[in-house]
Amino acid sequence: MSFDVLLRYGPRLLEGAVVTIEIVALAIVIGAVLSLPVAAARLSRNPLINGAAIGYTAFFRGTPLLAQTFLVYYGAGQFRPFLQDVGLWWFFRDAFNCVVLTFSLNTAAYQAEILRGAIRSLPRGQFEAANALGLPRGVTMLRVVLPQALIVALRPYGNEVILMIKGSAVASVVTVFDLMGATRLAFARTFDFSVYLWAAVLYLIVVETLRRVWNRLERRLTRHLRPAA
Amino acid sequence: MEEFLSLISFGPGGWGDLILAGTWMTIRLALATVPFGLVLGFLIALAKLSERKWLSFIGEAYTTVFRGLPELLTLFIIYYGGQMLLQEAVGLVSDARIEVNSFFAGMIALGMVFAAYSSEAFVGAFRAIGRGQFEAGDALGLPRLKTWVLVILPQLFRLALPAIGNLWLVLLKDTSLVSVIALTDLLRQTSIIVGVTKQPFAFYALACLIYLVLSIISSIGIGALESRLGRGYGERAR
Repeated sequence: MSFDVLLRYGPRLLEGAVVTIEIVALAIVIGAVLSLPVAAARLSRNPLINGAAIGYTAFFRGTPLLAQTFLVYYGAGQFRPFLQDVGLWWFFRDAFNCVVLTFSLNTAAYQAEILRGAIRSLPRGQFEAANALGLPRGVTMLRVVLPQALIVALRPYGNEVILMIKGSAVASVVTVFDLMGATRLAFARTFDFSVYLWAAVLYLIVVETLRRVWNRLERRLTRHLRPAA
Repeated sequence: MEEFLSLISFGPGGWGDLILAGTWMTIRLALATVPFGLVLGFLIALAKLSERKWLSFIGEAYTTVFRGLPELLTLFIIYYGGQMLLQEAVGLVSDARIEVNSFFAGMIALGMVFAAYSSEAFVGAFRAIGRGQFEAGDALGLPRLKTWVLVILPQLFRLALPAIGNLWLVLLKDTSLVSVIALTDLLRQTSIIVGVTKQPFAFYALACLIYLVLSIISSIGIGALESRLGRGYGERAR
């Protein structure tokens, strides 16, 4: 591994890493908000609402993220006159926006499944007890169900964030200069293969740090569930 | 709509042949990757369970690295790195230009990622089987190899199958990344068609639909395989 390329392109790679973190943070937060109605629809007894949510999650979990990104970024071009008419073209013209939009929709599908699984894992008694206490549905959800469900969902959420960091490398294919994009640029200019290895080191640092922080967080948040030592 | 249907028809004027060829390439790449990924994953699982410290350390390190890297980056490292290494090796005897086959590079890279995840599934399955099965094989006087083939492996696959089924679904989607290094898979063919027809939304939506159908067919197949391997264990043991 040579240090020349790191000296010359190191700052660019770090900027790229910041863009990667931006994309992932935006997508995860927007996706979390979007996942609430999707998960609610998945738990609904109305076959129409339930069916729509099943279709949504099946589409985003069953197709490649790269294909979804192409569908949004290049696909928007086919509707350019329409998008210009409704004043949304500026949004779809920018690859960064398209990537964040696609990733948000994608992670919303995964997060909705995590949430649904966590809510279904709670014993029925919790719902019945809230009912017996005369709590309205909204309060039951906010004060009884979600706090318990989110604890169960903590680990899968952590995995989802890591998958998103890795998946976000796809953004480089549609000209976004995230960590992967900056790396490809540096390679195209120098033909120095070691830049890929430096990028690998950076990705590993980001992912491993997150994994460790998340483990800490989980241990802290579940300390009331462990028997006292 | 009718216009689009004629665009995806087969024969002259239609792009159906290309789409079909791309789909077939996607399936072939995924199918070619699995055996390599499974064997490598199995070996890494053995390394992780080894009592030799350095061996289990290598196993764990392998998993940490290849589960932490983006698949796209792994692919580039194998593709360009492999090209460079081969070029240097060949450069010793001749000055021929070496071009690494993108199908082969994709198979190696995706297989290495597949191995990192499947080794975890194998380790879990090994722990669930327990030493007693090996001891029982010994007690029956079975040679080691026979114990493996007749006693351990069938149980191992049954226990590891749900996780490996999921990995197959992930792999099927990850094959699309190899289109970036110019393998003419489903996504690449679609991009070529879009370049000519200028109908990106329609054709990328069609490609997504084909991936979705492949995923659904796979899920049904995996479900059937699971219930076949799980026969004799009842509902609960699965």
